[in-house]
Amino acid sequence: MAVQTVLSAINQTLFEQMKKDDSVVVFGEDVGFEGGVFRATKGLQQEFGKDRSFDSPLAESAIIGSAIGMAVNGLKPVVEIQFSGFMFPGYNQIVAHAARYRNRTRGLYNVPMVIRMPYGGGIRALEHHSESLETLFAHIPGLKVVIPSTPYDAKGLLTSAIQDPDPVIFMEPKRIYRAFKQELPDKEFKVPIGKAKTLKKGEDITVVAWGALVRETEKAIKGLEDEGIDVELIDLRTIQPYDKEAIANSVKKTGRLLVVHEAVKSFGPGAEIISMINEKAFLYLEAPPTRLTGPDITVPLPKGEHHFIISPERIRAKIKEVMAF
Amino acid sequence: MLTKKFDPLKKKIFQVLDHEGNITDEKLVPKIDDETLLKMYKTMLLGRIADTKALQYQRQGRMLTYAPIKGQEAAHTAPIAALDKKDWMVPAFREMAGMLYKGADLEKLYLYWYGNEEGNHFDEELRILPISVPIASQINHGAGVAYAAKYKGDKEVAVAFVGDGGSSHGEFHEGLNFAATTQSPLIVIIQNNQWAISTPREAQSKAQNLASKGIGYGVPSILVDGNDPLAMFAAVKEARERAINGNGPTLIEALTYRLGPHTTSDDPTIYRDDDDLKYWEKRDPIIRFKKYLIDKELLTEEEDEKLQKEYKDFSNKTFKKVEKSGLVPLEDVFNYTYAELPKDLKEQLALHKKLAESEAK
Ligand SMILES: Cc1ncc(C[n+]2csc(CCOP(=O)(O)OP(=O)(O)O)c2C)c(N)n1
Repeated sequence: MAVQTVLSAINQTLFEQMKKDDSVVVFGEDVGFEGGVFRATKGLQQEFGKDRSFDSPLAESAIIGSAIGMAVNGLKPVVEIQFSGFMFPGYNQIVAHAARYRNRTRGLYNVPMVIRMPYGGGIRALEHHSESLETLFAHIPGLKVVIPSTPYDAKGLLTSAIQDPDPVIFMEPKRIYRAFKQELPDKEFKVPIGKAKTLKKGEDITVVAWGALVRETEKAIKGLEDEGIDVELIDLRTIQPYDKEAIANSVKKTGRLLVVHEAVKSFGPGAEIISMINEKAFLYLEAPPTRLTGPDITVPLPKGEHHFIISPERIRAKIKEVMAF
Repeated sequence: MLTKKFDPLKKKIFQVLDHEGNITDEKLVPKIDDETLLKMYKTMLLGRIADTKALQYQRQGRMLTYAPIKGQEAAHTAPIAALDKKDWMVPAFREMAGMLYKGADLEKLYLYWYGNEEGNHFDEELRILPISVPIASQINHGAGVAYAAKYKGDKEVAVAFVGDGGSSHGEFHEGLNFAATTQSPLIVIIQNNQWAISTPREAQSKAQNLASKGIGYGVPSILVDGNDPLAMFAAVKEARERAINGNGPTLIEALTYRLGPHTTSDDPTIYRDDDDLKYWEKRDPIIRFKKYLIDKELLTEEEDEKLQKEYKDFSNKTFKKVEKSGLVPLEDVFNYTYAELPKDLKEQLALHKKLAESEAK
């Protein structure tokens, strides 16, 4: 057992999986020598050599496209896209190919690869460094989309992702890369893809969040019980395929739902979850299921980003609003 | 033609000023009037000082993430000096001195790195496109701007910048090829500062030089000493002539060196060799250019010192003004999403206003 951050947990997992399985290769921009701009892949090249961990040319389409070819031919590529906002040049490869190989070849070829990428706001970054683009992946059949919010889940989910037979988009909330620490077993363990986690049991309202906003929601609900509001907090962990039962069962108990996400509002994951609840738990509802999200605007540069950010205060206010319906 | 004489496939590199600032060959010296020469130097110097200051502000916690230009001033300033006012500049993100030369205010440039979109909003007649953070995508925009100029019969060119890392990107190749097949008046300048964050040039491409990449597309290409402002000026002048005469794009590789970190979030000591840095510090474009101008009796050491002091004060004053700009108002982050704010967004804006007001209480 050692204390880990989300970042060090990812690093430890990559070491573990590369040791265990020769077919795991890790590459991307600045990934080899430097160990990535956030150092998630630090030390891998030194330990496993340049064939298994290397700096790719600066070209996302080549990174993802070649990873698809490697996966088809027996390797398990775990590639890093430096920031999720830069996956677009590789998005064509993800959508047109990674997501479809299995279907296209009727199961003959599949693409067991992991595409890791830091995402999300709150770090006062440049343009294209702050977006939450999970919808763009979750919307594409054939992809799995995972977002951990703790070091434990980062390790457990990444282990599952690397061993998964399908392409997994592994989104890392960089705002909490180093902010959250936990003791983790040094040995391999898995957290299943597709299973949400109830972080706090409650009777009055279900709040669903993921990534960095899980931490913000935890802050938001502190003390709410004293005000007579007993929140059930669910960390979704997998955006697709997501744990409908966990949410529906919870809402059947509480009668209320709030989805909190950093992604922009329209056509976002909140919309999906709410309509799922309308299908599965409508008769249990005591208030309209609702969402608290980023507005439908381009994420502002740092001097305007506070307008976009979802603070614990806003989450708390929204919970109260739903309760007061 | 320079692109013939200095064939990058033959590993030739075009240079006018040697590393010390002496003329290598009088015949190669481009015609530049004294006023332009001085303006080039002064802008490079202002760029250098504003850059040094920006790094300082960042270290003091007053400036946000910033991408330094130190060492690359000639590579992107001289090309702009070789343009007409109506020509277009399509920057990547490390061309601050070139932007200053084209007429952008330092205040705007600081404002951008301070985290305010308004810093990318230039006067229309400057013809500067905004900083492009997604690497290499701007090359296609340059191709389009150039195509439109040709289509409209306007005698103007577009100059697009990209890094050595960016030259590996699909869009670099696609844009260059598009401009070549349409014979659009585009000049692509690769600022090869030899690093893409921690990835060295050798890991980026097996090409013997990056200029040679243009040849496969049928684009006249040349490798230039990017720390030599006279050579960069001459290469761009010739490329511009070719472009406005309907003979299509040119690819120029400016061989230079990034003397600072990639951005303020980067630590180059992890991956960079000290000797390399020293080698390149001796080839500093500002030192070379200054020597040339002093030899030409266009500048004295005293004048240079005075300029340095003036630019330090100017940078400080400008940054203080930027610091006073404070946060961006709420309307500002909504207003430019569409030409006209849709009803739904108006409602979201109203909601955010109410939230902000109730929180202020
Ligand atoms: C498409 C894309 N991928 C990744 C990044 C992240 N990134 C920013 S700068 C950079 C390196 C750029 O190197 P180069 O093109 O050589 O230009 P330089 O920074 O050296 O001027 C990278 C990988 C990005 N901005 N855009």
